[in-house]
Amino acid sequence: MPDTFLELRHVKTHFPVERGIIFRRRIGTVKAVDGVSLHLQQGEVLGLVGESGCGKSTLGRTILQLVPPTEGTVILAGRTLNELHGTELRQARADFQMIFQDPYASLNPRMTVYDTLAEAIGSHRQVPAVEMPARVAALMQKVGLPPRAIKKYPHEFSGGQRQRIAIARALAVEPKLIIADEPVSALDVSIQAQIINLLAKLSREMQLTLIFISHDLSVVKHIADRIAVMYLGKIVELGPAADVFEKPLHPYTKALVSAVPIPDPERERQRQRILLLGDPPSPMNPPGGCPFHPRCSHAVVECKTSVPSLDEFRPGQQAACIRLKEIS
Amino acid sequence: MLLKVTNLKTSFHTRNGVVRAVDGVSFVLGAGETLGIVGESGSGKSVTCYSIMGLIPQPPGRIEGGQAMFGDMDLLRCGPEELRRIRGARISMIFQDPMTSLNPYLRIEDQLIEPLLIHEKIERSSAIKRAIAALEEVGVPDAAQRIRSYPHEFSGGMRQRVMIAMALITKPQLLIADEPTTALDVTVQAQILELIKKLQRERGMAVIWVTHDLGVVAGFCDRVLVMYAGRIVESAPTQQIFKHPLHPYNRALQKSIPALQAKGAELYTIPGAPPDLARKPEGCAFAPRCEFAADKCRAGEMPLKEAEQGHATACWRVLDGEIKL
Ligand SMILES: Nc1ncnc2c1ncn2[C@@H]1O[C@H](COP(=O)(O)OP(=O)(O)OP(=O)(O)O)[C@@H](O)[C@H]1O
Ligand SMILES: Nc1ncnc2c1ncn2[C@@H]1O[C@H](COP(=O)(O)OP(=O)(O)OP(=O)(O)O)[C@@H](O)[C@H]1O
Ligand SMILES: [Mg+2]
Ligand SMILES: [Mg+2]
Repeated sequence: MPDTFLELRHVKTHFPVERGIIFRRRIGTVKAVDGVSLHLQQGEVLGLVGESGCGKSTLGRTILQLVPPTEGTVILAGRTLNELHGTELRQARADFQMIFQDPYASLNPRMTVYDTLAEAIGSHRQVPAVEMPARVAALMQKVGLPPRAIKKYPHEFSGGQRQRIAIARALAVEPKLIIADEPVSALDVSIQAQIINLLAKLSREMQLTLIFISHDLSVVKHIADRIAVMYLGKIVELGPAADVFEKPLHPYTKALVSAVPIPDPERERQRQRILLLGDPPSPMNPPGGCPFHPRCSHAVVECKTSVPSLDEFRPGQQAACIRLKEIS
Repeated sequence: MLLKVTNLKTSFHTRNGVVRAVDGVSFVLGAGETLGIVGESGSGKSVTCYSIMGLIPQPPGRIEGGQAMFGDMDLLRCGPEELRRIRGARISMIFQDPMTSLNPYLRIEDQLIEPLLIHEKIERSSAIKRAIAALEEVGVPDAAQRIRSYPHEFSGGMRQRVMIAMALITKPQLLIADEPTTALDVTVQAQILELIKKLQRERGMAVIWVTHDLGVVAGFCDRVLVMYAGRIVESAPTQQIFKHPLHPYNRALQKSIPALQAKGAELYTIPGAPPDLARKPEGCAFAPRCEFAADKCRAGEMPLKEAEQGHATACWRVLDGEIKL
């Protein structure tokens, strides 16, 4: 890869599950992220989708070193992040930011918009006090917040505006990478569309690399250049957004696409869903072989034992399924 | 009739003035029925639900008027003791943010069995059995093991499932669900909608479903209320809301659904900003953003009126036959 900006090599993040009050003993491991490799170019937008609990947030948090990886490496702009410590790591942190699902919980309720943004700008670089108002105003303009909002507190805003404040705060440190964890799930559709337009514009204009986490494929397809589909801590499909959404390869992606609700009562009530068999798997005891095989209607005996690798099936589109040829 | 809400008005008295969050909301709900509430962020959907549940913080909040009849009881006027008996047993609510209703310091187990111990007075061991079964029903794997976890050990979507299990465990007659599936992926969401439909068939449970996901509304709700700035601006059977919108806000909302727009182009969004609820304009609150607004939209009251059988709108111009949407 020529200009890889972010690279993940076999990243694993496991959490111990412990029991007992006095003598804590380990009774198992949650393999939240279990061997993810990925290359992203600068300015690229990656959509990360998958079932609840499949490890999307944990992968995001691992990239940003909010949780240390159990194994593997995260390389951002040539630096191996998981080898940095202390000041080095704090300095590197300015390069990446995270936006969370609930903008209310992530904003300080006692700080006005001005204070929030001024603090973020100040944490990044020394700005003379006289210049600060202009800096804050410029930032607010970039995310489409009206100037009169400057003295208000978070609870005085609607969900969409709060999310804009959170985005402005993330942009204050001039990051090169933003990980947005379900940034529009709690917003009404018109505001969802506004935020998607805004993030798309920022990634275009500022060469911002963006990882957009969501469980809603129909939203992700608008903003992402590529989509990665996760299942039980692993990427099972990766490819150009339109291809993954319109010509999914992996049986899990197919089920996911078929379950996206359609805002049309007639079509929604008549269409065929691919129902997944059985229960969602346990990340504590993941099934052997292909992690999806217990719920897959195409599974054969071999799927129980052989672990499929992520292989290219169409140009740029990869999937981890040993039966791809037979089933597509 | 299970629930009849009439002219509900709830406001918040803040230093910036009186925020009229819910401003004259009326609707009825029959046993077994599913009512969807959609509308802009900040339009009063959650405050409507909280008012019915008696959960408005007072002050700054105040129920300014109206009735919410549940059987022969007015929920807006019954005492705290009575309300506690109804809440969690006959009416359950699932909240928008799972962390607000889960106690971070208590194991999931203790939080799940609490309503059973309080309302049904059963033994702890049988309550735990019911709790494990309830978790399995909402698709939590390894329920018997993971019931001993704390909330932070669960992913966002799993916490939401725990809340859903908690709301259903007492077999309520009415379930009020405020964006209950926003953190869930579509396959689990489909599974939970099926579970709720089953409970409705078996027990005649009625559901109020607040959501931004118009796809869920399309597949799941019998009737829909569309809210804007503290009021219902359109009310109709689901089919009609989508096929035959009778309020310009509803039409604009449908147009902005990302799922239905083509990839590549900039997405359509409703122009302008939502109104300041402490300084609502005269007349129709949507008028400043409405492409059809005329002079008469900027004065007077805009009550919700039936334009067709079962289909009501608060748009004068539609009611008077001046515009077709
Ligand atoms: N601090 C932790 N301790 C123990 N287990 C954890 C911890 N954080 C996450 N997990 C577990 O790791 C798995 C992945 O969680 P994660 O939050 O990454 O999922 P997700 O894909 O973001 O799901 P969602 O869509 O529901 O947000 C889950 O099984 C979760 O319970
Ligand atoms: N405690 C409070 N103090 C002041 N204003 C409040 C308070 N709680 C709610 N409001 C205001 O009441 C209005 C209605 O809020 P509500 O939470 O009902 O909106 P909503 O329709 O549920 O929006 P969303 O879709 O974003 O959840 C908003 O303008 C909000 O700012
Ligand atoms: Mg998550
Ligand atoms: Mg709400």
